[in-house]
Amino acid sequence: MISGLLGWFADPATWAGPSGIPARLGEHILYTVVVLVIAAAFAIPAGLFIGHTGRGKWIVTSTNAARAVPSLGLLFAVALWLGPRLPGEVAFLLPSLIALVVLAIPPLLSGAYSGVEAVDPAARDAARGMGMRGSQVLLKVELPCSLPLLFSGLRSATLQVVATATIASFISLGGLGVFLVQGLAGGDYPQMAGGAFLVALLALVADGALALAQRFIVPAGLRIDDRPRGRRRGRLTPSGSNTASAAGPEVTRPQATAPPAN
Amino acid sequence: MTWFLAHLDRVFELALAHTYLAGVPLVLGLLLALPIGWLAQRSPRLRPTVVAATGLLYTIPSLALFVLMPLILGTRILDPINVVAAMTLYTLALLVRTVADGLDSVPDHVRAAAVAMGYGRVSRAIKVELPLAVPVIAAGLRVAAVSNVSIVSVASLIGVAQLGTLLTDGYNRALTGELVTGILACLGLALIFDLIIVVVARLLTPWRYVQGGSR
Repeated sequence: MISGLLGWFADPATWAGPSGIPARLGEHILYTVVVLVIAAAFAIPAGLFIGHTGRGKWIVTSTNAARAVPSLGLLFAVALWLGPRLPGEVAFLLPSLIALVVLAIPPLLSGAYSGVEAVDPAARDAARGMGMRGSQVLLKVELPCSLPLLFSGLRSATLQVVATATIASFISLGGLGVFLVQGLAGGDYPQMAGGAFLVALLALVADGALALAQRFIVPAGLRIDDRPRGRRRGRLTPSGSNTASAAGPEVTRPQATAPPAN
Repeated sequence: MTWFLAHLDRVFELALAHTYLAGVPLVLGLLLALPIGWLAQRSPRLRPTVVAATGLLYTIPSLALFVLMPLILGTRILDPINVVAAMTLYTLALLVRTVADGLDSVPDHVRAAAVAMGYGRVSRAIKVELPLAVPVIAAGLRVAAVSNVSIVSVASLIGVAQLGTLLTDGYNRALTGELVTGILACLGLALIFDLIIVVVARLLTPWRYVQGGSR
């Protein structure tokens, strides 16, 4: 099976034309970026606002609960309802993109919201004490402090979109999933495996690139690391006093809630 | 609703297959994550590497993993084993960090008391640390269960039968009733998994629910 896979990659026909690897990869990346930009334009300001004002928390809670809806079902439902109502080419493209935007919103929203929510109240009070107005507190203190969680939301959303765009090829969206659809239809396992390999690679590279961007953008003092917090703090305080926070929310590393169901 | 009532048997049969494909990996993943998470929690040097490596597994899209599994396992392409193996990896990816975090939540004085009572490393982990870590581990398991139920439905695209089959079939034949039944059945199953974990976690930690207790 592995030699078949290598053979598929070695075949020049695999790389050429509008259904070659570069073209399909380009489509996949384009869809992902467009969807993320649209979703972020809605979700990040909304998340920051909800976190800043504390109003409308139910929106975050309900979008999180909606994540139990299988992404495959959402995609098919949007396509089935919207597809016949749209003309021509748009009927194939738009329902998939709408479903992908809907799927990207929850991780982005809860990332931005929980980022602001997790800001140390003392930092917020200090900013107000220095005479900052509400909008200044949000932009100069809360936004930078929320970046680690905002980024983890963005990474979740990106993986969700890359994975679901593959599935969307089954309802005639282009992208790398087309290799899977064609391979499955023609019983061509090397083509399927090749497509799957490229999708996995794209997901890993995209996540790696965002992780790298995060390192440069998030201020050093705000980075979350994987060292257990209790232990670090325990060294500085008298023995036993760190048990007060045991099992509290501080011990576990903050997460932008659940990861995506890809 | 009419579609659902007319095809009760079929839905039930697919729900059973779905329960198997999502549930078995949940148990296997937890059993693997317990020792790995324990090792990671004990060693500050090992921890970042182990957590990052298992987390990386979750980055791979499900459809790609299902298709690539035969290359790794040497199985047939449509073998449901591929789905079970892939889902086990996802569960493991989510739970290793949860187990380590759960063990972090055990207070140091409790650990010290267990050492003083003569517990060895392994028996202390099993009899003292693990029971106290149940609330955190159960929270992670709930996330894994819901995401497993959702991800398994993708396997219908490569022809492995479970509730996702209703989604694919409902879309292909433009049967809204079947599609909606599939979505609701997935949600229902996720809810049942969630309830079972909550109840089991509650039974395993009776001290948390003693009247007037501190937690």
